[in-house]
Amino acid sequence: MRSIEQTTQEILQLAAQQFKLPAGSLAPGDDFYKKLGIDSLQALEMLSRLENHFKIELPDYEVQGVSDFRTLAERIQARL
Amino acid sequence: MLDLRNYSSIGEALRDALETWPTDVCLIESDRGEEKLRLTYHEFREAALPLAKAMQDFGIAPGDRVSIIMTNQSKWLISAYAIFFCGATLVPLDYKLKPEEQWQLLKHSGAKMLITEYGIWRQLGVSPGRANAANLITVLATEAPENADLAGALRWEEARGAQPPVFVPRTRRDVACIVYSSGNGGVPKGCMMTHENYLEQCMSLTAVYPFWPGVRYLSILPTNHAIDFMVGFFGPFTCGAAVVHLRTLRPEYVREAFPKYEITYVSLVPLVLKNLQKGLQARFDELPASRRRAFEALRNINRTLTRDHPRLWLSRKLLGQVHAAFGGKLEAIIVGGAFTEPQTLQFFYDLGIPVANGYGLTEAGTAVTVNDLKPFRADTVGKPLPGMEVEIRNPDADGIGEVTVRSKTVMAGYLNEPDLTAETIVDGWLRTGDMGRFDSSGHLQLFGRRKNMIVTEEGKNVYAEDVEQAFEGLRVKEFCVFAANFIWPQRSMRNEKLILVIHLEPGQAFTDELRAEIAARNSRLINYKRLHGLVLYPDDFPLTASLKIKRNELAQRLGALDREQSILPI
Repeated sequence: MRSIEQTTQEILQLAAQQFKLPAGSLAPGDDFYKKLGIDSLQALEMLSRLENHFKIELPDYEVQGVSDFRTLAERIQARL
Repeated sequence: MLDLRNYSSIGEALRDALETWPTDVCLIESDRGEEKLRLTYHEFREAALPLAKAMQDFGIAPGDRVSIIMTNQSKWLISAYAIFFCGATLVPLDYKLKPEEQWQLLKHSGAKMLITEYGIWRQLGVSPGRANAANLITVLATEAPENADLAGALRWEEARGAQPPVFVPRTRRDVACIVYSSGNGGVPKGCMMTHENYLEQCMSLTAVYPFWPGVRYLSILPTNHAIDFMVGFFGPFTCGAAVVHLRTLRPEYVREAFPKYEITYVSLVPLVLKNLQKGLQARFDELPASRRRAFEALRNINRTLTRDHPRLWLSRKLLGQVHAAFGGKLEAIIVGGAFTEPQTLQFFYDLGIPVANGYGLTEAGTAVTVNDLKPFRADTVGKPLPGMEVEIRNPDADGIGEVTVRSKTVMAGYLNEPDLTAETIVDGWLRTGDMGRFDSSGHLQLFGRRKNMIVTEEGKNVYAEDVEQAFEGLRVKEFCVFAANFIWPQRSMRNEKLILVIHLEPGQAFTDELRAEIAARNSRLINYKRLHGLVLYPDDFPLTASLKIKRNELAQRLGALDREQSILPI
């Protein structure tokens, strides 16, 4: 089982990859809407990718109102 | 379709609909590309009536308020029908709100019962806001796992009365729904919508965009939203059509649903429509030069041949591949909830996919005007629907004034807010706060707002007052949030922004620390509620005798400042 730190790091790597940012340029406390410059639909696309990676299903409403990687990691961790 | 002139209530019309088309499919539910449920009108009835009986056994009486907080799914509609069958009033709430906001509205509405999903209840049930809403007696939660802690809720699946329920008739003037158009921080605005509002709105809309058995409507907007409630539930059901629900609204599943279910209509907010446009444009750009030229030639032919009105069969032949991606049966995309850029509308129309844009607000019973496509006019929001009287009040030299509406679809008023109601509905006319004018052919054009709010591209209404609570206790003398266009009116529906106006204590400097605190609080707000800038105001705010800020007066004073120079970045 991954630790929350591992989960967070994997999310940061995947997000950087998906939105073509240099590795290591994202931090857990970052607001992903702002930092990635994405809208709510692109955020949903990112979630699909995270679901596939972690092999979980995350209902849309669980991540409503979440905008930073750390909280997102907590929601994902709860389903691992 | 049913002749809705003959009906007194939503429940009565739905009851007949379920008996008129017993073997037609009314609901399809899919999750992550996998179909989970398909119900005929008869099966829908069989699922709803035992729930209605259980609700009556729980003591739900005519006029009692019952709330639904659910994602778009079959149990939303089944529960809503049971509520109307019992003569109760439905309070549809947004599942995307925070638990404390949901509790505030549950309390304000006086709901006795809540029907929700277990996943939502897990967060809602433990929220401290629950203690304040003592009015809520019964909670039904759907899809709870076997050993789940229900925190006092009962299982929706087990709420089934054995005997037939008693149908409770309502009059047209009774309140059918209390719909919250906004207000989770300031004054909650609960629009009291009557049965007549819905019956009349349904007749108006289906006169322009008809439904029939065989229509498949893809429900993407949340069903608590006035548009989806009408065109994704009441409208299709009273015409024998079917509604397709997706439990996961990820773009890839939405795209897949169009061809899979041969969708006829879909409603979108402008943001999603723009996203679709971007995706299509990217695919066109990738075409090899020769194919791209051929495609553009066909698009030009289509544009010429559909100038007066849509010719769907022709567009489907000319631009077959594009139409195949949308399932080949799409009649129109309905777009609403916010202002849509004309070039986005034109992009789709040129492809032979009509976009039915319009203008409306919850208070007016959803849609006031709709583009009837005869001809298509991307630069307007269409003509008033049948039964709508629309007047422009106090027009200026250019004919632009406040849009006012009189119709049987206008709400009865705001719940528990007689003063606000009296300000909003004057002599039977709804004052919308939106500025517009009619062009020579009777199409309405919009030119901004005169109210202190913004509407995002996602169709979210954000009232400036609601955002202020995020800045409570800020170490300044006083502060106030405004929509920038409210202070500096602009003849545009685009680029609406919220700003924070602060007045520092005497001798206080605007430090980096204060700026950082504002930025931190701002980033904790949900993205669409965030501020775009701040204004440092040097004088005391004008106050009422009870020390409330006189917002209109302050806005007027701020209006004397230069907009561009005054707004600082956060």
